[in-house]
Amino acid sequence: MTVLVYLIPIALCLGFAGLAAFLWALRSGQFEDLDGAASRILFDDPAPPPPASLPRSPSRPLKG
Amino acid sequence: MTSAAAVVTAFGAPPVSAPASAAADAVCVHCGSAIPAGAAAGRRFCCAGCEAAYSLVSGLGLEQYYARRTLDPAVRAPTPADDAAAAAGAPDGDPTGFAVADGEGGWRLHLMLDGLHCAACVWLIESVLSRESGITEARVNLTTRRLRLRWTGEAARAAHFAGLVRRLGYRAVPFDPAVLAAAGAASSQDRELLRALAVAGFAAANVMLLSVAIWADVAGEMGSATRDLLHWVSALVALPAIAYAGRPFFRSAVAALRAGRTNMDVPISIGVTLAAAMSVFETVRSYEHAYFDSAVTLLFFLLVGRYLDAIARGRARQTVEHLVGLMAAPVTVLDLRTGAVRQVAPAAVAVGQTVLVAAGERIGVDGRVLDGRSDLDRSLIDGETVPAPAAPGTELFAGTVNLTAPLRVVVTATGDGTLLAEIVRLVEAAEQGRARYVVLADRVARRYAPAVHLLALATFLGHLLIGGAAGWQQALLAAVAVLIITCPCALGLAVPIVQVVASGRLLRRGILLKSATALERLAEIDTIVFDKTGTLTLGNLELRRDAGPVDPDALREAASLAAVSRHPLSSALRRACPDAPAAADVEECPGEGLRRRAAPDGCGEIRLGSRRFCGVADADENAVGGGPELWLARPGRRPVRFVFADALRPDAAETVAALRAQGKRVLLLSGDRRAVVEAAAAAAGIDEWQAEVPPAGKAARLASLAAEGARVMMVGDGINDAPSLAAAHVSMSPSTAAAVSQTAADVVFQGRSLSAVTGTLSIARLASRLVVQNIGLAIGYNAFAVPLAMAGYVTPLVAAAAMSSSSLLVVGNALRLHWRTRS
Repeated sequence: MTVLVYLIPIALCLGFAGLAAFLWALRSGQFEDLDGAASRILFDDPAPPPPASLPRSPSRPLKG
Repeated sequence: MTSAAAVVTAFGAPPVSAPASAAADAVCVHCGSAIPAGAAAGRRFCCAGCEAAYSLVSGLGLEQYYARRTLDPAVRAPTPADDAAAAAGAPDGDPTGFAVADGEGGWRLHLMLDGLHCAACVWLIESVLSRESGITEARVNLTTRRLRLRWTGEAARAAHFAGLVRRLGYRAVPFDPAVLAAAGAASSQDRELLRALAVAGFAAANVMLLSVAIWADVAGEMGSATRDLLHWVSALVALPAIAYAGRPFFRSAVAALRAGRTNMDVPISIGVTLAAAMSVFETVRSYEHAYFDSAVTLLFFLLVGRYLDAIARGRARQTVEHLVGLMAAPVTVLDLRTGAVRQVAPAAVAVGQTVLVAAGERIGVDGRVLDGRSDLDRSLIDGETVPAPAAPGTELFAGTVNLTAPLRVVVTATGDGTLLAEIVRLVEAAEQGRARYVVLADRVARRYAPAVHLLALATFLGHLLIGGAAGWQQALLAAVAVLIITCPCALGLAVPIVQVVASGRLLRRGILLKSATALERLAEIDTIVFDKTGTLTLGNLELRRDAGPVDPDALREAASLAAVSRHPLSSALRRACPDAPAAADVEECPGEGLRRRAAPDGCGEIRLGSRRFCGVADADENAVGGGPELWLARPGRRPVRFVFADALRPDAAETVAALRAQGKRVLLLSGDRRAVVEAAAAAAGIDEWQAEVPPAGKAARLASLAAEGARVMMVGDGINDAPSLAAAHVSMSPSTAAAVSQTAADVVFQGRSLSAVTGTLSIARLASRLVVQNIGLAIGYNAFAVPLAMAGYVTPLVAAAAMSSSSLLVVGNALRLHWRTRS
C-alpha cells in the first residue's frame, strides 16, 4: 500500500493542473466568444497587406 | 448561424465564383435579397449601396467572403443604406464622441453591430478594418455582436471606420461600455459561479475517487491506517473546496436569515457544513464513516443548477440589451454661438440646447420644433399608425421617428421631466407589485426548511430516548445524517434544469425569456390583452387592394414619385410597385406630399399627397372611409385615391383563434382611432376591443381585470404599453418594441409571426408541469430516504447513491421537454 503515497499526490496534482488550466483560460477571456472562436480558426488570414499599413496581424489582436 | 454551417460553405461549396451563380437566381450578389423584377437583364445588384459594397470588398481582394458566408434568413440582409444617409451617419450617428483615449496615445471605440450572419461576416469586418492604417485592434465578438476597435491617430477617424462597416451593409451603433456596467456585474457573478463550479467539480471527482476505494473494501481487508490516510487526503481536498465553492450558498443563506426569512440555501448551508464538520470529527477519531464526498458532490450538483439558470437568463438579457442598444442613437447638438455640431449621448443633453434631427432619425429628447417641416411617426408613443405633421411649435417626445425632412429642435425637458421618465416611473411602480410573486420552488422551500430541521431534532431526541443519555453521540450522528440526506440537491436542480431546457427551446424560436419566474406565471394565464399597432399588426402600412380596383398605370406613376421619399406611405407604394423607376425633379413638401414639376416635354405638374394638397373636394368619395390615404393628381385626369392599412401579422387571426380554442379570453386595447381598431379587431377575430385608450387607461384596465381575478398576459410594443406590460401578470413584447417596453416585458420575441405567443404558452405549460413533477420526485426521494436516515442506517455510500440517482432522475425528466418540443 506504500505505493499510495506516490500515486495519490500524482493523481491530485494532475487534477489540480487541469483545474488551474481551466481557471487560467476563464480569466484570460477564452470563453467570451464561443460562437466566433469555433469558426474563426477555419478562415485563413487574407493575403498580407503592405507591412507599413498593418502594425499587427488582424488575427492576433492585443488583449483588451 | 451555426459554425457547422459556416464550415460547409467554407470548404464544402464547389469553387464556383459566387457572382456568376448568384446572378442566375436573380438575387443580389452582395446582400442576397431578390433583385426587383423588371430590372435590366444581367443586373447583379439590388441597389447602388450593394454595388458599392461589392466593389469595396472585391477591391480589397476579399471576395472569398461571398463563398464562405451562410446568409441567415432570420437576420436582416446586409443591404447598405444609400450613400447619402450612410455618409451622414443617420440614423445611427457619428461615433467620434464615443471614442475614448486608451492612455497610450491611441483611441478605443465600441460599436454594436446588427446584421451579422455568420463567422464570415466577422472575418470580413475584421479584414476590411485591419487594412486601414493605424488600426491596432479590430475584434468582433460574434456572441455579443460587438466590435472593439483601437487605433492610433485622430479620434475623428472613428466616423470613417464606422462608415466602412456601414458601407458593407451592417448597422454599427456606438455605445459606451460603462453604460452596460450593470450587465457587467451580472456577468462577473456568472464568472464567479463558473469558478466555484470548476473547483467543486475538481474536488468532487477526486474525493469520489478516494471514497470509492473505501467503499470497495466490502470484505473489510483495508487497514484502518490506510482508511484514515484516504480520509485525511479527502479532507485536505474537500474542506478548502467547500469553503470556496459554498460561498454563493452561504452568502444567500446568511442574507435570508438576517432578514428573518428562510430559503433553500439555509438547509443547503447547514447540511453541507454539518456533513463536513462531522466527517472531520470521524476522521480525527479514526472512525469508519466520512461524508466528504456527499458534501462536495452536493455542492457540485447545486452549482450546476445555479450556473445553468444564470447563463440561460444572461443570454436572453444580453440579446435584449443589444436590441435596446441599437435604438439608443446619439443626439446631434448644435452650438448656437459657434455653429459647431457634436454628437452626444441622449442623457448628456441639457434643457434649452438646440438639437438637429435628420430625416429618418429617431428623436432622442423631448422638445419643441424650432425650424423645419416634417412628418413624425409616433406609433411607439401612442399607437397611431398615420404619421403626424410637424411644424415650428410642435411638441416632440423621445421615441418618435422624424420621417421626411430635417428638423431643428429645442430641448424642453431632460432626465426626470421627460415623457419617457414618466413612463419609467409608472413601470417601476407596477413592477413593485409584481415583485411579491413567489415561485413554487420558494414556496416549497419555506415549508421544507423548518420541516427538515424538525425531523433532525426528532431523530436526535428519539435516539436519546431509545439509547439513553450515553448514546448521545450515536443520536447526533443520526440527526446529522438526516440533514445530509434531506439536503435539497434534487430540489435545487428541479426548477433550474427545466428553466434551462425551456429557455433554450424558446431561444431557438427567437423567443427570449428574460425573467426567471416568467415560465411559471405564463402557465397560469387565462386572459390575453393585445396592443394593436406593432403587436397585432406589423406596424407597416400596406396598400389596400380590397378597397377598390387599383389602376396599375396610376400606381406605377405614384410609386415612381414616391421613390424619393422616406414617408411610410411612400414606402408602402414602393413596396406595392417595386419596379417603378425613380422619377427625377421631385420635390417633397413635408406634411403635404410630393410634387413633380412640370416637365419641358409638355407633361404638367404631378402631385402625390393629401386630399387638400391634390385639390380634391372634401365631399368626393368621403364615404369610403377607413385608413390613411394618398391622392395622385395628374393634369387632365381624375385624381386617383390610394388607401392604406396597417397589415395584421400574417398569422394573427390563427393565433387568436388558437388562444380562444384553449379557452382564453382575448382583448384588444389600443391608443389608435376607433375605426382602425374596429377593423383590426374584426380581422383578427377579437370581440372585446377598446380604442383611444391612454397609457394610464391601459394599466387601469389591466388592474380592473386583475381585480376580477383574471391572470392577464399583456402583449404590447409601444412606450404607452410599458406601464401595462409591467402591471400585467406576465408580459411579452416584440423585438421591434420601444426600449422601455422591451425592458419591462418578461418575454421578447423576434420575427413577424405572432405564433410566438401560442408557442411560448405551450412550452410554459409543459415546463411548469415538469417542474411540479420534478419537485414531486425530489420529495418522493426524501420520503424514501429520510426514514432510513432516522433509523441510523445511512452510510456515506447510501447517501452518495441516493443523492446522485435522484439528481439524475430529475435531470432526465426535465430533458423530456427537449424531446417533446423538438418538432
